[in-house]
Amino acid sequence: MARGKSEKNGKRPGRNKIESIRPEGRRAFLQKTGLAALGFAAGAAYLDDGGWPAQPVGPLPGKHPGLIVLNDKPINAETPPELLADSLTPNDRFFVRNNGVVPANLDATNWTLTVGGEAVRREKSYTLTELKTKFPVVTYHLTLECGGNGRKEFNPPATGNQWATGAVGCAAWTGVRLRDVLQDVGITDRAVYVAYYGKDTHLSGDPAKVVISRGVPVAKALEEESLIAWSMNGKDLPVLNGYPLRLVIGGYPASVSGKWLDRLVVRDRIHDGEKMLGQSYRVPCSPVPPGAKVADEDMCIIEEMPVKSLITFPKTGAMLRKSQTLPLGGHAWAASSGVARVEYSIDFGATWQACTLAPAANRYAWQDFSARISFPSAGYFEVWARATDGAGVAQPMLVPGWNPRGYLNNACHRIAVKVIA
Amino acid sequence: MLPNQSNFNLLIGLLNAFVVVVILAMIQLLLGDSLAAWFAPAPEPVVAVYRPGAGGGTRAPDPAERVENGLHVATGLVYAEGFEIVRGTCTACHSAQLITQNRATRDGWEQMIRWMQKTQNLGQLGANEPIILDYLAAHYAPEAIGRRANLDVEAIEWYLLELE
Repeated sequence: MARGKSEKNGKRPGRNKIESIRPEGRRAFLQKTGLAALGFAAGAAYLDDGGWPAQPVGPLPGKHPGLIVLNDKPINAETPPELLADSLTPNDRFFVRNNGVVPANLDATNWTLTVGGEAVRREKSYTLTELKTKFPVVTYHLTLECGGNGRKEFNPPATGNQWATGAVGCAAWTGVRLRDVLQDVGITDRAVYVAYYGKDTHLSGDPAKVVISRGVPVAKALEEESLIAWSMNGKDLPVLNGYPLRLVIGGYPASVSGKWLDRLVVRDRIHDGEKMLGQSYRVPCSPVPPGAKVADEDMCIIEEMPVKSLITFPKTGAMLRKSQTLPLGGHAWAASSGVARVEYSIDFGATWQACTLAPAANRYAWQDFSARISFPSAGYFEVWARATDGAGVAQPMLVPGWNPRGYLNNACHRIAVKVIA
Repeated sequence: MLPNQSNFNLLIGLLNAFVVVVILAMIQLLLGDSLAAWFAPAPEPVVAVYRPGAGGGTRAPDPAERVENGLHVATGLVYAEGFEIVRGTCTACHSAQLITQNRATRDGWEQMIRWMQKTQNLGQLGANEPIILDYLAAHYAPEAIGRRANLDVEAIEWYLLELE
């Protein structure tokens, strides 16, 4: 896996400095603004009168009721495997991952995207209409997966949202190429990294704190599939997925695909924004034993995501008769090398059989796989799926290398099946 | 002219008394509610209070404030010693679900607090810190699951697969 090491102690990119809220006013400020914004995003059902976060009592706005809400402040929800069967994940089934508070009063009409940073010739701003008319509009099928998808399985446990399998989806994203916009702005040969800022706000209510500002190396930003997108599956982006504008960059952790995008910076160094440094979205530069404490300087930025697959049909727990064959379905994805093959096993890896693998719509799109399985006897079986990428690297059956924050678990997915006489 | 003099004084006295009554009536109209509020008992805060062996927040009107199977329904937190302080401190910024879905040793929970203090605007916890850490270490400790856990067979909902 290609990894870059980040510089430390870089300067924060230019941003209007807003006076910090005093600690004693924090709670009151939070109730007035943060919770109001959350109320807008999540619906009143997510808050009781006292301002305490209540347990969810209904679906997230614009989302399928079957999504599993891991956390309602910030809002994080994953999709169970059986709801991910479509080749393109419907907007209401696409997972939700937030580090901060979903912004309120989003105004697409007056939305602007400003491109600045040390390595642009001059700062330039675009309205949404300018973006839509000035540059070629393109659509790509791109898989987005949270770097922490699968965190739940690490032992000892890693901190953060305990994603099982559902922080992944693949949609048809429409927008303009990041590289066309960067070319129009004009970037200099000092450019190293392209990073984003968005309009989400910090959980503490402090308006001076940036929630998340991550980025990618310039070469990645300039790939033809790296998009500034306003549309998902032919519709406006859902509010919870970044309406009205976001980055969509396949193959990397989804945290590089900034939501509610209003500023890009072309840096002359590895970006040092919020969640770029420390232990966030980083893994040990060299492997460590489970439970190890790793110093910040020994943690490296995650770049490409590993090969992975998911069984979306049948739902775990299926019972069938011995005379029947089981139709198996799912998706497999990898970063730039693509998926070479998918296999399944019903004997815990002793033998593997090939699945039929559909071609990818384009690079960074997940690929559908299918198979028909006959079982040798009645009894309890597990169906395991394993994908191999274009470089010959397969998914492990065990949870891969432990890391402090629990990223990159691409262990094989499995379902339980009972064959009855 | 003595009787007249005393009648005049009586008249002045009545007039003064009338003016005082009018002024008092106006004060009552303008400030009555806020003055009365000074003497009224302060409203009781709606917070679930931990009492060993009892349901929480009996005065609270919200049914989500009840406790079921040892869990506080509104937050999902284990209802035990330290609950109030954990709820008050942690859910000021984030959902209680960020606690209930995580597992760590006391040391691991302490590291999370230090990280929040360093990067997320969390202040000093003072005497509450050991109470919070004891609570988290007791009720949200890691379990040994090996290199890969079994599928949770107990949780599987078996169903007959309909195939054509």
